[in-house]
Amino acid sequence: MTLRNKKLNVEVSKYNEALYRYQQKIADAAVEDMVLNMGPQHPSTHGVLRLELITDGEIVKEVIPHIGYLHRCFEKHAESLTYQQTIPFTDRLDYLASMNNSHAWVMGVEKMLGIDKDIPKRIEYIRVLVCELNRVASHLIAIGTYGIDIGAFTPFLWCFRDREHIMGMLEWASGSRMLYNYIWVGGLFYDLPVGFEERCREFVDYFKPKMVELNQLLTDNQIFISRTANVGVLPMDVAINFGCSGPVLRGSGLKYDLRRIDNYSVYSELDFDIPVGKGLMGTVGDCWDRYKVRVDEIQESLKIIEQCLNRLQNELKRTPEFDPRAKLPRKLTPKVQDYYARCEGAKGELGFYFVHNNERSEIPFRGKVRGPSFNNLSVLPELGKNVMIADLIAIIGSLDFVLGEVDR
Amino acid sequence: MSFDDIKLLLTQKFGDDVITGEERTGLQPALLINPNRIVEVCLELRNNPKTYFDFLSCLTGMDYGVEAGRLGVVYHLSSIPYHLQLTLKISRENDRSEDNLPSFPSIVSVYRTADWHEREAYDLVGIFFEGHPDLRRILLPDDWEGYPLRKDYKAAEYYKGIKVD
Repeated sequence: MTLRNKKLNVEVSKYNEALYRYQQKIADAAVEDMVLNMGPQHPSTHGVLRLELITDGEIVKEVIPHIGYLHRCFEKHAESLTYQQTIPFTDRLDYLASMNNSHAWVMGVEKMLGIDKDIPKRIEYIRVLVCELNRVASHLIAIGTYGIDIGAFTPFLWCFRDREHIMGMLEWASGSRMLYNYIWVGGLFYDLPVGFEERCREFVDYFKPKMVELNQLLTDNQIFISRTANVGVLPMDVAINFGCSGPVLRGSGLKYDLRRIDNYSVYSELDFDIPVGKGLMGTVGDCWDRYKVRVDEIQESLKIIEQCLNRLQNELKRTPEFDPRAKLPRKLTPKVQDYYARCEGAKGELGFYFVHNNERSEIPFRGKVRGPSFNNLSVLPELGKNVMIADLIAIIGSLDFVLGEVDR
Repeated sequence: MSFDDIKLLLTQKFGDDVITGEERTGLQPALLINPNRIVEVCLELRNNPKTYFDFLSCLTGMDYGVEAGRLGVVYHLSSIPYHLQLTLKISRENDRSEDNLPSFPSIVSVYRTADWHEREAYDLVGIFFEGHPDLRRILLPDDWEGYPLRKDYKAAEYYKGIKVD
């Protein structure tokens, strides 16, 4: 018997059988249970994510995420533009931590060109400095918007107030507030502006007490703990199997950070800890743990920033003849090869897979992005089984994904 | 464990025909695997106490171009306990017609993260995964025609009766 899909009016073949099955499931659920649409224009979904919930009263029986509203064909663009021209596009993947994205892309290309060892130390330290500043900014958004998901409004305003200082500094360095195009293959767009290091130190001194205040306001808040502890528990083996990385994986108790594993750039010379979830308020791997890992990572990033500033103000001091574009390769033509570059973005393992098949071309044959948010979000149907609708909001916020990177 | 040790381990376990070749030109060597046996290989690499490739970093659908006439999948595995990385590649010849997509076994039973990655490869490159629990388009709308990351893809002139400029 051949089935006919009434909605699409096509015969069901091997290729659209899953679509038919899905439509049948929704049609059945609409009779038995209730189908609820959350998003795409819902503030708690952190962007344009649509979740189809099959609910039984207050209980969510199944979550079906629909993504792709922000699809901008990054990989298709990458196949038609040169390595240098694609850097502004990488900024738009995880637009809350653009520096980390371009850093990963640039490191991959430099590795393919074989010039990754020739990058001057000052440039490497500036890269790490701006990446960590951007990581702090990204985590501040994660914390602030998480508070607002749970119903706490003040942390959101405080986080945005402090993030604004970072945005201002990065704008000073690169000329743009969010999408910087600052890190280039073989160098930087421009050296840090005069006085940047001093301003950055001022910020760190200002920001440290603010984090104490924020912890008092949100982290130790009993209402916040009641909403997040023991909610959305993600065991470590499930997290690994679903490809979760970054704070989501570390929240489940695994000390896994690519900055330490791969020791790329100058991270081997820097001293910092890797915070992991310990289940202080409930179970290891619950929403509170994932949140706490981000708070602790801000402290670690501040440590890294201070060490970078120490080096940049002493032995790697700015000199008049220093040119951050001196090592820029004339032509970006790697040998025929494919290479998977990975680094620790703000959300987790950010990977770029390059396939280069023409020695004279500056354009990759194929460029693929492994977005950490994409994998972190894919665990949501597993976490969202048989939870209350209000808890689902807490789980979504704790995963901290950016739809620009999920949809690419 | 080095690349050659892993290769030896696989040939000892599954015989010589499981590995069809290898690529050593780039910085990261890759093993070419017999497409029909990729699930067993991944399961073995994940469960073997000497390798523990428990983390699927990336899964890429590949179109090797119209002249090559091949489509394939590239797997990037990484081992959290041993800090190893490994690239596996499978590919098949294909005539690129709409009703004959290249078909590979799905590894969702080994790595759950492959679920969305395989859906993406199906959506953008047009690769069918046998045994996948829910192979629908993921980034593009359900009624999209064609597979945009194929090298011979032509952008449609109309979408639902609206002219595309």
